[in-house]
Amino acid sequence: MRAYEDWVIEAETRGLKISEVIVQNQMEELEQSEQALFERMRQNLRVMRKSVETGLSGERRSLSGLVGGDAAKVEGRRKRGESLVGELMSGAIARALAVAEVNACMGKIVAAPTAGSCGVLPAVLLTIEEDRRVSEQAVLHALFTAAGLGIIIAERANVSGAEGGCQAEIGSAAAMAAAAAVELAGGSPRQTADAAAIAMKSMLGLVCDPVGGLVEVPCVKRNATGAIIALTAAEMALSGVKSAIPVDEVIDTMGQIGKQMPCTLKETAQGGLAVTPTGRRIQADFL
Amino acid sequence: MGKSNVFDLLGPIMVGPSSSHTAGAVRLGGMARKILGEEPVQGKILLHGSFATTGKGHGTNLALVAGLIGMATDDERIPEALKIAEERGLNVCFETADLGDVHPNTVKFDLLGEHGSHVRVIGSSVGGGTIVIRQINDFQVEIRGDYPTLVILHQDLPGVVAQVTLLLSTVQINIARMLVSRKKKGAEALMVLETDQTIDNAVLDLLRKLPRIYQALAIEPL
Repeated sequence: MRAYEDWVIEAETRGLKISEVIVQNQMEELEQSEQALFERMRQNLRVMRKSVETGLSGERRSLSGLVGGDAAKVEGRRKRGESLVGELMSGAIARALAVAEVNACMGKIVAAPTAGSCGVLPAVLLTIEEDRRVSEQAVLHALFTAAGLGIIIAERANVSGAEGGCQAEIGSAAAMAAAAAVELAGGSPRQTADAAAIAMKSMLGLVCDPVGGLVEVPCVKRNATGAIIALTAAEMALSGVKSAIPVDEVIDTMGQIGKQMPCTLKETAQGGLAVTPTGRRIQADFL
Repeated sequence: MGKSNVFDLLGPIMVGPSSSHTAGAVRLGGMARKILGEEPVQGKILLHGSFATTGKGHGTNLALVAGLIGMATDDERIPEALKIAEERGLNVCFETADLGDVHPNTVKFDLLGEHGSHVRVIGSSVGGGTIVIRQINDFQVEIRGDYPTLVILHQDLPGVVAQVTLLLSTVQINIARMLVSRKKKGAEALMVLETDQTIDNAVLDLLRKLPRIYQALAIEPL
C-alpha cells in the first residue's frame, strides 16, 4: 500500500517539492505530459474560482430553502473591516461557505474530494493566494499536493460519508487543504505531512448526519470550520510543530473509526442532527 | 477503494449537490438514453430507496431527466432540465417504487423513442458518481460505462457467442469483460461485452449480419 511518507522521503532526497513528486508519479500512471496534467488542473481551478465568485454574490437558494446567502453575510462583515478573526480567516470562512452554498443550490463545483466537502480546499488556497499574492502556478502545484494526499487517503481509508462518516469527507478535505496550504506558504514536504496529520486528527470521529439526507445541514457550515482547522494545522506545521502520530497512521485510524461507526451516523439521516426534533421537523416540512 | 488518480480526488467538475444523487443520476439518465439508442419522447421513471426519499432535495429527478436529454454532469442547465425536456417533446412522469433487493440509489426507466424503440433499464448510483446498469428489459446485466460496451440480443444456441468473439478478434478488438444471460434455454439471450477498443459502425454492421443475432448496440463510455 502506498504511503505519503514515501513521497515525503523522495521529495527530501531529491530536493523537490512534494507536488513535483506527485506530478511525476501521475505523469507515469496516467501516461500524460506535465503540460496536459496542469491544463486539466487549471480547468478545476477555473471552476473553483467561479464557484467562489457565484457563492459570494449570495443570490441563490437551495431547493429546500435552508441554504444560501450566508457567505455574503460573512464577506460583507469582512469588507466592512469588522471581522473578529481577521482578513485571512474570515476570507476562508466566507469562501468555504460560498462554494458549499453553490453546491447545495445546484451550481457547478469541483468535488474536492467530494461534492459535500467541495468548499474547504478552494477556500483555503484562494484566500492564501489573495493574501500573499502567490502565482497561479503555485496554486496549481498546491492542488496537486492536495490531490496526492487524497489518493493516499482514498487508498488507505476512504473519502465517502456513507462509508466513513464526515471525517472521511470534510476531514479528508481539511487534511488535503492543510498540506496544500503549507506548500503554498513555502513549507517543506515534511511540514505538509505534519499539517495533514494535525488537521485530520482534529476531525476524527466526526459523523455524517445530514438533516433530511440533504447536503445542506450541517454540511455547508462544516466546510467553513474545516477550512479553519486546515489553516490552524498549517500554521502549526509551518512553525515547526510536529504531529506525534505520522500522517499515514492517522489516515489508517480514520478508516478504522469509519468502520466502527454505526450505520445511523453514516449518511443515512437516521441519527445525529438528522433526528433532533428540529431536524425531523425540517425533513417533514420539506419532504 | 480502487486505484485512483489526482483527478478522481479533485473532480469531477459537476453540478451539485451530491455526486451519488445528482452526478450519478445524470449518468444513469445518459446511459438509459444510449441504451434506447434514439431521442426519447416518453419516459416513466421509478425511484427506489434513497432516490425516492431524498431525491427531491438533491434534484435527482432533474438530474435523471438531464441525462435522458443528453446533458453532461457539469451542465449548468440541469436545474431547468424538466422544462427543457418538455420543450424538446420529452414527456416524463415519476413514481416511487420498491424495486426489491437492490442498491438504495436505484432507478427504473421505461422509455419510448421517437422511432418507436421501447426499453426498460434499471440502474444504480453506487457512490462518487459511479453507476451500474443492472437490467435491460428482462436481462440481468452489469454495465458501468467506463469501457466501450457492446450489447447483443441473440438466440441461445451453441456457436453464437463464438462467432461474435471470432469477429471481434479479426478486427483486433479485445474483450475486457463479458456476461451472457438468457431467458430460458434456446430462447432469447443477451451478451454484454466491454472492450478496450471503440466499436465503430462498420463492425456493428458486420455483427448485425451474423446469423441468430437479433440486435446489436454499441455504447460509448460515459
